[in-house]
Amino acid sequence: MDERARLAARTPALHARAAILRAVRGYFEAQGFVEVETPARVMSPGQELHLEALPAGGGRHLITSPEYHMKRLVAGGLPRIVQFCRCFRAEEDGPFHQPEFTMVEWYRTGGTMDELMRDCEAIVEIAARAVGAWPRVPVPSIRRGDYSDGALALTAPFERTTVRELFHDHAGIELRGDEEAATMRGLAQRAGCQVGPDAAWDDVFYQVFLDRIEAHLGCGRPTFVLDWPTPLGALARRKADDPLTVERFELYAGGLELANAFGELTDPIEQRARFVEEAELRRQRGSTVYPIDEKLLEALGNMPPTCGIALGFDRLVMLVLGASSIRDVLAFAHDEA
Amino acid sequence: MASYDTSDIRKGLKVMMDGSPFTVIEFQFVKPGKGAAFTRTKLKNLLTGGIIDRNLRSGEKLEPANVETKTMQYLYKEGDSYVFMDTSTYDQVHIPDETIGDDSNFMPEQIVVEVLFFNDRAVGVTLPNFIEQKVMQTDPGFRGDTATGVTKPAHISTGASINVPLFINEGDTIKIDTRSGEYLERVGRA
Repeated sequence: MDERARLAARTPALHARAAILRAVRGYFEAQGFVEVETPARVMSPGQELHLEALPAGGGRHLITSPEYHMKRLVAGGLPRIVQFCRCFRAEEDGPFHQPEFTMVEWYRTGGTMDELMRDCEAIVEIAARAVGAWPRVPVPSIRRGDYSDGALALTAPFERTTVRELFHDHAGIELRGDEEAATMRGLAQRAGCQVGPDAAWDDVFYQVFLDRIEAHLGCGRPTFVLDWPTPLGALARRKADDPLTVERFELYAGGLELANAFGELTDPIEQRARFVEEAELRRQRGSTVYPIDEKLLEALGNMPPTCGIALGFDRLVMLVLGASSIRDVLAFAHDEA
Repeated sequence: MASYDTSDIRKGLKVMMDGSPFTVIEFQFVKPGKGAAFTRTKLKNLLTGGIIDRNLRSGEKLEPANVETKTMQYLYKEGDSYVFMDTSTYDQVHIPDETIGDDSNFMPEQIVVEVLFFNDRAVGVTLPNFIEQKVMQTDPGFRGDTATGVTKPAHISTGASINVPLFINEGDTIKIDTRSGEYLERVGRA
């Protein structure tokens, strides 16, 4: 298809995207947020285990998320900030992934996870109304799990569940969070999932999640998945009543993973320990090891209790338009650029 | 044979899974919960036709399946087996009745097919989607009867019976969809 024809087909989505962006900006302004811009080319990109940053010359990399600098802004005295920006993740390319995509990330100082969940419910409604897709959106078959009739109701309150509940209900596993890797492998095999003989704890977790759980999420209505095991929440604070889980939720809607939220860890000593452990795991797995962000660690000491969240803006547009592929909501997919 | 890993996955890739040869029919990059990357793969069993779904961890190794397809011509039936010839090398292969199974219904002599070999043994044939065959036997239909949905059986050279419209006569050539066994249209009159 030539470019004119391709863009003609995309034009309605581009109009929708612009309308949604304007409406969501309006929400944050009304809520008293300041819109900020932080660097894209940094010394210490996010070092989560399964993210690979793109090199950007001079020993720097492109951000995988704006998290570190936004936390430094919060520590520097800006209590409610939001950013709409491009994030870059190597090797990510699929119906819902692009190596370059748009994130909306916001932080509420003194805020709660409940407030972030209400933000999500409001933003989804605003986006849907902006394109006349309220209160139900179609879910195309590529995104439908096994348990959906092809439409998603977007009215609040969304469904809430926990990682442990999901493992119990759909895999028959009583998940602790501190199991030995060998124990995890045994639990997964008993649940009928195939894992390699050397699979690490998190490898097993994701295999079970994908094989047994994901198809059930966010069908019928959007679902918040709360209380993630500590190994999967390096930047989140532990729950007061359960050190094996952290304050983290993910929002799933119509087969899309939309948002990831943390009660932010502000203890620089614990954060350093987690960064060091993660760097070692990256080294063992042959992933690039990035320098630890010392400026962030220094700022964390000044950071008040804060909740923060990152939401995939392209996926939000996909959700309310009922799109099958992230390409459908982009002016240029990375191979069209 | 060197192994594949998930980055080699593409439609039509032939791999071993659970001891049987499969071909990849669909695949998709997924990354649950900001976690490890997987390739969600749909595979078809080359021996049974059954379809399975597997979530393969990125970097997981896959064993290639020793399968090969050859274009061959079906010559004739000899006892319990069907004789095929490679039209370029003139090599012949005998494939037993049980392997051919119901495919024999739409496999007239001289037809060119794709023969699937697994570990150098013929394990199945793929017929062309459509064949054109002369009607060897059929009762006359009632003249002037053009009501749709009313059919009669017609036999082709393989002995198979196809339901055809009443206006089809013996000696007519008909086009048949080998996948469904259905009559499509008349392409030649007696």
